[in-house]
Amino acid sequence: MSRRVIFKFRLYVAGDAPNSAQAVANLTALCLKHLLNRHEIDVVDVFREPKRALEDGIYMTPTLVKLAPSPALRIVGTLSEKQTVLQALGVESVAA
Amino acid sequence: MKSVRSTPLKVPAKAPTGIIGFDEITGGGLPRGRATLLAGESGSGKTVFALQFLVHGAQDCREPGIFVAFEESSKRIVSNAESFAWKLVELQRKKLFFVDAQPLLDLVQAGNFDLNGMLAVLTDKARELGARRIVFDALDVVLALLPDVAARRREVYRLHEWLLRSGLTGLITLKAGADEPSDSSLQSLGFMQFMVDCTVILNHGVVRGVSQRNLRVQKYRGSSFDENESAFVIGASGIEVAVARMRGREDVKVTSERVSSGVERLDTMLSGGYYRGATVLITGSPGTAKTTLSGAFAEAACRRGERTLYVSFDSDGSEVVRNLASVGIRLGRYVKNGLLRIISARTTTGSAEIYLVRIKSLAKEHRARCLVIDPVSAFAKSGNEFTARSVAERLIDWSKADGTTLVCTHLLDDTVIQRDRGAPLQISTFADTWIHLSLLVQAGERNRGLSIIKSRGTPHSNQVRELILSDAGVTLTDTYNAGGEVLAGTPHWQKESADRVANEVAEVACKLKRVRLDAEEAELEVRLKSLQVELVAKQAEKALLARTTKGHQGELSRDRTRMGELRGADAAPPEAKVKSP
Repeated sequence: MSRRVIFKFRLYVAGDAPNSAQAVANLTALCLKHLLNRHEIDVVDVFREPKRALEDGIYMTPTLVKLAPSPALRIVGTLSEKQTVLQALGVESVAA
Repeated sequence: MKSVRSTPLKVPAKAPTGIIGFDEITGGGLPRGRATLLAGESGSGKTVFALQFLVHGAQDCREPGIFVAFEESSKRIVSNAESFAWKLVELQRKKLFFVDAQPLLDLVQAGNFDLNGMLAVLTDKARELGARRIVFDALDVVLALLPDVAARRREVYRLHEWLLRSGLTGLITLKAGADEPSDSSLQSLGFMQFMVDCTVILNHGVVRGVSQRNLRVQKYRGSSFDENESAFVIGASGIEVAVARMRGREDVKVTSERVSSGVERLDTMLSGGYYRGATVLITGSPGTAKTTLSGAFAEAACRRGERTLYVSFDSDGSEVVRNLASVGIRLGRYVKNGLLRIISARTTTGSAEIYLVRIKSLAKEHRARCLVIDPVSAFAKSGNEFTARSVAERLIDWSKADGTTLVCTHLLDDTVIQRDRGAPLQISTFADTWIHLSLLVQAGERNRGLSIIKSRGTPHSNQVRELILSDAGVTLTDTYNAGGEVLAGTPHWQKESADRVANEVAEVACKLKRVRLDAEEAELEVRLKSLQVELVAKQAEKALLARTTKGHQGELSRDRTRMGELRGADAAPPEAKVKSP
């Protein structure tokens, strides 16, 4: 049932700051492993789009926003704590 | 990098905060283009301080500002600040921007993060707004989310670097109580303290149930500052810091104009009344008519058409009017026409600082030229012992600077005066005129004595006068001085009448004596006359005697010559006999 669901992500990064670069890498790896072919990632650089960050209330970088499926969810940090991330996204069952 | 910052090439210019007293302590405000740390427990007034700093900048210094709120939502901050006359809503349109940076409650954290996002947003906003000031309120909230001390330091460092680059004058508030050691926020506090250019600590304590707020500048690079703890209050216009003496204040303009004390005879004793702008202290034990005397002053001021503020800590305004009317001091009409404003502060609780701020703002509002505080000893209610004196000092300082004539009453026992201790608040040393009212108890009566203990720059009577209250008003009479004892009231009258009787008796006795002496004199004169008459008689008798004796002798010698002739004797010897009888 959940296999048909497409995960839409927006990842706010601060240019190529180490934390942000790490988050991009971690998210990419996670999607490849657990959500192959059913994810979309939109990366927003707050340095280039500060107004958008302000509108979206992004102050800590990196921040991952899960836009779909609902409910919307925010995860702050490098996403290096994989279990926490998978649990929060509700994709752990898929992994198992 | 650090060493470069800690040795500034020149003393940094300052950004005024608009906080009364704080700009005096720091000699102008916060270091411009630098970061200031504002630390204190929750509820110590950090947010108000920070907001006031921004409001002043936006409103009065053409320095728009950004408020980054980590803890409370901007809506709440704005609504909380509604009690201050700050026009936040108006300012928000152009000059003041709030950023709601509170971490979401359902925020999931997975790994390390940084504040780059926020700084990017702020850089953009600051440019758009032309901001010159920025506040990070409750930075500890976001720091607490960071996994370790190293990460916290890194972000604090990042923030600081950004501040210096941006050229904004930054104020970072941090929740940190001095009595909460080993807290994670305190660790970052220690780190930040050496990084920032200025640190201000706010304290909020309770002394015997009375709230006392204190502020202290802990460091200020490249600037001198007042290192002592200063009390502050949060009043209607924001924070007001108590400063003993405004720096660089010009000398008060003194005047030799006199104002009436409301009691004619007292004016005479003071050679014309109180000086305009002077501080008058009226002391005395309960029931010595301190209030009456201050009421008389207020009435006289109103009669001259001067706006007057009367602050009573003892009774309600209407009670003051009623009670004073009973001694012929009619204040009611002046209350009605608005010249006189009576404030009852009986039920007010709070620190002496709060009293001072309230009195000052009320006096300003009323544009009072004369001010009565009855009694000023109310400042020293329990919990305020330490601050009352400095508050009283500043009250006097302020009233002088303002040219307001201040009359304060103070509860004081006669014994204190006798021991030469002065009033507990030490106002006696600051007061220009000190009038003491005492009770003279004699023969089962209490009477009021008034004496002028000091009056600067005025020749004044050294006499104790009796203060008499009647429905016709307040008058002074001479007391009766008998054998070094001052008498008043009935004993005075009794003594006076006893003396009158004694005087009459003495007068009569004197008259009697005079009469007797007159009689004696007359008698002597009479005797003198009769003696004179007698003398004349004696003299006549004596003359007669002399004459008869002479005649007889002549006859004898003629007879003898005749006999000689008859006997034929020679003439010579009988001649010689006659010549030497």
